[in-house]
Amino acid sequence: MDKVTKTELDNVVVRFSGDSGDGMQLTGTLFSNLSAILGNEISTFPDYPSEIRAPQGTIGGVSGFQVHLGSSKIYTPGDDPDVLVVMNPAALKVNAKFVKKGGVIIFDADTFDKSGFEKAGFKTENPFEELSISATIQLIPAPLSTLTQSSLEGFGFDNKTVLRSKNMFALGLICWLFNRPIEQAIHFLQNKFGKKPTILEANIKVLTDGFNYGNNLHLTVSTFFVEKSHETPKGKYTSISGNKATAWGLIAAAQKVGLQLYLGSYPITPATDIMHELAARKDLGVKVVQAEDEIAGITSAIGASFAGCLAATSTSGPGLALKSEAIGLAVMAELPLVVIDVMRSGPSTGMPTKTEQTDLLQALYGRNGESPAVVMAAGTPDDCFNFAFMACKIALEHMTPVILLTDAFIGNGTSLWKLPTLADLPEIKPNYVKSDMTDYKVTTRNEKSKVRYWSIPGVKGFEHRNGGLEKDYNSGAISSDPENHQKMVDTREEKVNNISQFIPELKIEGNKDADLLVIGWGGTHGHLMSAVNSMNKNGKKVALAHFNYINPLPKNTVKVIQQYKKVVVCELNSGQFATFLRSKVPAVEFLQYNKVQGQPFTVTELEEHFISLLK
Amino acid sequence: METTESTTIQYTVKDFKSDQYVRWCPGCGDYAVLNSLQKVMADLGVAPHETAVISGIGCSSRLPYYISSYGFHTIHGRGGAIATGVKVANPKLTVWQITGDGDCLAIGGNHFIHSIRRNVDLNVLLFNNQIYGLTKGQYSPTTKKGYVTKSSPFGTVERPFRPAELTFGARGTFFGRLLDVDLKTAQMTLMAAARHKGTSVVECLVNCVIFNDGAHGWLAEKESRADRTITLEHGKPMIFGKERNKGLVLDGLNLKVVTIGENGVTENDILIHDAACEDTTIHMKLALMEGPEMPIALGVIRDVEEETYDAAVEAQIAEVQAKSKVKTFDDLIATCEQWEM
Repeated sequence: MDKVTKTELDNVVVRFSGDSGDGMQLTGTLFSNLSAILGNEISTFPDYPSEIRAPQGTIGGVSGFQVHLGSSKIYTPGDDPDVLVVMNPAALKVNAKFVKKGGVIIFDADTFDKSGFEKAGFKTENPFEELSISATIQLIPAPLSTLTQSSLEGFGFDNKTVLRSKNMFALGLICWLFNRPIEQAIHFLQNKFGKKPTILEANIKVLTDGFNYGNNLHLTVSTFFVEKSHETPKGKYTSISGNKATAWGLIAAAQKVGLQLYLGSYPITPATDIMHELAARKDLGVKVVQAEDEIAGITSAIGASFAGCLAATSTSGPGLALKSEAIGLAVMAELPLVVIDVMRSGPSTGMPTKTEQTDLLQALYGRNGESPAVVMAAGTPDDCFNFAFMACKIALEHMTPVILLTDAFIGNGTSLWKLPTLADLPEIKPNYVKSDMTDYKVTTRNEKSKVRYWSIPGVKGFEHRNGGLEKDYNSGAISSDPENHQKMVDTREEKVNNISQFIPELKIEGNKDADLLVIGWGGTHGHLMSAVNSMNKNGKKVALAHFNYINPLPKNTVKVIQQYKKVVVCELNSGQFATFLRSKVPAVEFLQYNKVQGQPFTVTELEEHFISLLK
Repeated sequence: METTESTTIQYTVKDFKSDQYVRWCPGCGDYAVLNSLQKVMADLGVAPHETAVISGIGCSSRLPYYISSYGFHTIHGRGGAIATGVKVANPKLTVWQITGDGDCLAIGGNHFIHSIRRNVDLNVLLFNNQIYGLTKGQYSPTTKKGYVTKSSPFGTVERPFRPAELTFGARGTFFGRLLDVDLKTAQMTLMAAARHKGTSVVECLVNCVIFNDGAHGWLAEKESRADRTITLEHGKPMIFGKERNKGLVLDGLNLKVVTIGENGVTENDILIHDAACEDTTIHMKLALMEGPEMPIALGVIRDVEEETYDAAVEAQIAEVQAKSKVKTFDDLIATCEQWEM
């Protein structure tokens, strides 16, 4: 057939899947960036196994990367793929059931042999039948391995190296399928492999051959066409992952306030990329100490804060548990500190690469004593920048530890990011001691805001002794006086509560006059917003109250929630935020929608649930 | 005090005394070390406001409250990591870490070996009284095997750490030892520790009058101390004893005590102490000497120069900054692959 049908779509979801070593992440990233340059909205999410290298071709080794492209605002990497690209039978087995009706599966026909089927645990030699794949799904066999081999003939590479390039062949094919000009892809490759001319040349060759193969193949495949988005505000954009955005938010805050940035951290999935990003930024003077353990990560940061740095530590749930006592020290010493928890599935080691929102109560309450800390949560990958910046601002201006919750989903996922300039960002004014202050004590504070004045070592006349023992409110000397302890507990509490005066009020999105109020927090914003928008489009009246500030809550929280008759709190845990809200918002029945599977919500399941609540 | 260069100012012990009442038990060895430390701080010439004293938890960890400087009494065992953060954040500060045998070698063992391994420029005073005092008398990682304590009513069955061995095992560049009551040696050792660039570990043998009185009693009596200890100084012969007639020589692979003037031994036969020797063999032998056959080594046992962690961090930043075009956050943004929408 020579005729190619172009299907115009509002949005399309493409999932790349193969062995961990197949380069699916690179393929997916290049493809989403290409699409963004053409004016699409993008959102991506990698799904990788915890095993570094499970045996090739087995289910345990399958890793994926999903890209969602849209011509209008998109909020999530999408639920189910329209197009699935699989590099082996195991990847097919893991992903086939998700492909939408009428979708496309492109597979490397070379790996679909007896040995491939066996490794993937197929019982027959017809995996498609065995998986009962819908007849509406188009299957495109492409012998990616042999095509890549012939593409690279004469380069003198060994077979292993050659096969490593087959992801580029797949990318070329996908570029053809989606009408993406490969010139831009070549430009990306030049940036990536510029220093290795032979590798660059080989990748370009394979990419181009993949594109031409698609072009020449024609077959019966419809090519997809996703229109340019007209909803994004005009400006310069890039695509950014949540972890990188978090790191850059810290950098921006440090420069804005004029302090050196210090990160004390210990490697932990899925938070380590924050440390990687910051370790690479020596040019901006960032000091990163890869500590001997989680506790040293945070305590060295507390030391750095004591000594006058903007100090942070990054971790995930198990690490946050180890840092509990030290967060208490930062509470007691009233030092600025940013603790980033990229939440993952727990308890214990749990499922380290999978997303969850199960650390909320740990962040709020997981310490000994009355130990109030600020808790915030970012909603989307690009949001991580703003909230990391705000976490620094609040920590420095209010002399308190701030726990910023992100998660594996937004930490590793990417979204479009409108590039900021330093001048656009709000000022940060730490509560420094004033040079004309006399008789400074470690507990000297602004009596209105209750914020302690920060005196940094090196300055004459402001020497003081800080510590984890209770201090006398006036003299700063250690004290176990009963009345004084009560006063200090109340003061630390009041200081944190007072921050509600400095954070934005809670906003209602969707239909304000709704029959159902959906409440969410943190990284579920995209799915909840998509579901709420879709409900409203279909004539149901649904509103969304999404929280980024959790302790303290925005000051209008009670008023806003009490306006609605029916309220459902949706979160990727067993009801932690609902529990918290019940303790803060009286006279409201909080319904719950919970999922603890290590996976994000799907828009479909949310909508189904909301419809059932409105019946 | 004038605000001129701190190095030109003469400080006195008073400048380093805080207004806090010192609350250790009467007769505690910690008093003597505090006094020696304040004397050394004054002589060192670093201003109180450029001095940071960091501690964990334990009797000795109360010390920062008694020094007029920037002080931080933190949480159990973590003083080493916190001090590392302080020094890396602000390398201009002279940082002292105060710790005990429980704080440093039990709960804080990991931070202790890693700050030594990194060679962070800290002066670590390890107060070793071989007991947990603040929690009222449990055995510590340095308590002698068989010793009866509240948590070892039938005697501890644990083998103790020897702090010098740990320090050398972690590739320590400085190890010294002092005895609370021997002020002269204590001050000499603390001054050398302060001047050493890198992690200086000073094992302070202190007496706990309440829970472990006389743990170092073998050394404490003034009359016999000269015969039971040897004060090591770099470049000087290893001579000791009330009569200054005893010395150390090598006997095969081991150290041996000899008497000058006996069996044809002359002063020239006595080993000269080389604290700067990179090889730890002799330092280890000196640090592990035990009575009554051998004298206990005090003073500076090891003092080797190597790049410090904090300096290396600064140097690497300077090196990258000299080469990179990214000088500001806005420059960083400009490095993004970007497009107009």
